[in-house]
Amino acid sequence: MGRRGGAKRRGTRRARRRRRGAVVTTAPVAAIQRGWQSCEACGLLSRPGADAGACPRCGEELAFRKHRSIERTWAFVIAAAVCYVPANLLPVMVTTTAAGSAPDTIMEGVILLWSPTGWPLSLIVLIASIMIPSAKILALVYLLVTVQRGSVANNAERVRLFRTVELIGRWSMVDVFVDTFTAALVQLQPLMAVEPGPGLLFFAAVVVLTMLAVESFDPRLIWDAAPSEEVVHA
Amino acid sequence: MPEPVFNSPTTDLRVVACPHCDLLQRLPALAAGEAARCPRCDKELWRRREDPLERTLALAIAAAILYVVANTVPMLGLSAVGHHASTTLFGGARHLWDDGQEIVAVLVLFTAVVAPALQIGSMLAIVVGARRPCPPSWVGTLLRHHPRTATWSMIEVMILGVLVALIKIADYASVNAGLALFALGALVVLLAAMQSAFDPREVWARVEWADAAARSAVERAARDAAAEVPS
Ligand SMILES: [Zn+2]
Repeated sequence: MGRRGGAKRRGTRRARRRRRGAVVTTAPVAAIQRGWQSCEACGLLSRPGADAGACPRCGEELAFRKHRSIERTWAFVIAAAVCYVPANLLPVMVTTTAAGSAPDTIMEGVILLWSPTGWPLSLIVLIASIMIPSAKILALVYLLVTVQRGSVANNAERVRLFRTVELIGRWSMVDVFVDTFTAALVQLQPLMAVEPGPGLLFFAAVVVLTMLAVESFDPRLIWDAAPSEEVVHA
Repeated sequence: MPEPVFNSPTTDLRVVACPHCDLLQRLPALAAGEAARCPRCDKELWRRREDPLERTLALAIAAAILYVVANTVPMLGLSAVGHHASTTLFGGARHLWDDGQEIVAVLVLFTAVVAPALQIGSMLAIVVGARRPCPPSWVGTLLRHHPRTATWSMIEVMILGVLVALIKIADYASVNAGLALFALGALVVLLAAMQSAFDPREVWARVEWADAAARSAVERAARDAAAEVPS
């Protein structure tokens, strides 16, 4: 049943796209099948000689796919997952008052913010600092594993997942900024002072490493395993 | 240094490969504001803009002015039991550095101060250069690196962080948002408008090629193709 329903849905979606300015597919093939390289910087298509050369328009070094995309993405994802543990276990903020020092991890910060009036903030921090980083790591692992297995299922969904990860990843930096400005302002010695904790470095590392992982992942790999027949009828 | 080896360009510049799925396709002629999307993966391939160079230039100049304001005036003030403190964007990063968090301080400084400056500055240079009759190749070099500056420029994320910090501190001290915070808010809107007014295809179509011979060959082929079609 799924096939006919899917075809119908695709048909209406395509019609809507045509109104927005359609793309006429000259030949339903991927550039790599023609031996053409597409420049990631300027978009120019070109044909390599004996060795891959540079883009004739912008001078960028060209390749069919990003250089060692899978290996580099795995390296960044694994490094991010390693940093994820101390990022969540070590305090990101230390509050010193007359009563002593109170270190807070990210999760404790979320709980502290939770109150009848403060829950929206608490939710923002929970989503940005805990849910987005872990979802990003899991999504990248899923994309890497399916690409390495040569999966041909759910290609459109997988590329959409990649674009979502690319779009929301930067928002994890929120907590770094919260802690930075809280610590910069709350210097009311001897009453109270807030200092950044050792977890902050690991948390920042998770954000940066996952962003680098997204940058090194080549979404075209998702489609490379597609049998050419599917490409022809796309 | 060895001479660079260049690929040979395809003759029809409207034929492109989707950056997300590599599907070959020909971009249609678009009216301003219309977008072409990949039929296979739905990636937006090109959105044509009205007067991209003029509008982007105007927005980039406005963004540059706001940027200067945002980085010179206080962003947050705090007063509690006789204490007064205020900080700028730069001051926040500096405090982290003094606390021994040098790496995080550099990251905060880069994403909130340096990357936005690079984003605005390179955009200004790109549109100013591209408006010249014969845009030089450094315009292309800047344009190649411009998307990365936009990825790492995180003013909107920083504002959310500052708001959370403000409300958090409000429990035990009175805090007030400084002029810089409003300037930054306006800057976020301007930067988004600047990016969406810009049309990189327009600039790439004008800029000098790394391989000048390839460009004249492509242009000759386009002229020949146009001459063959009877009007
Ligand atoms: Zn596509």
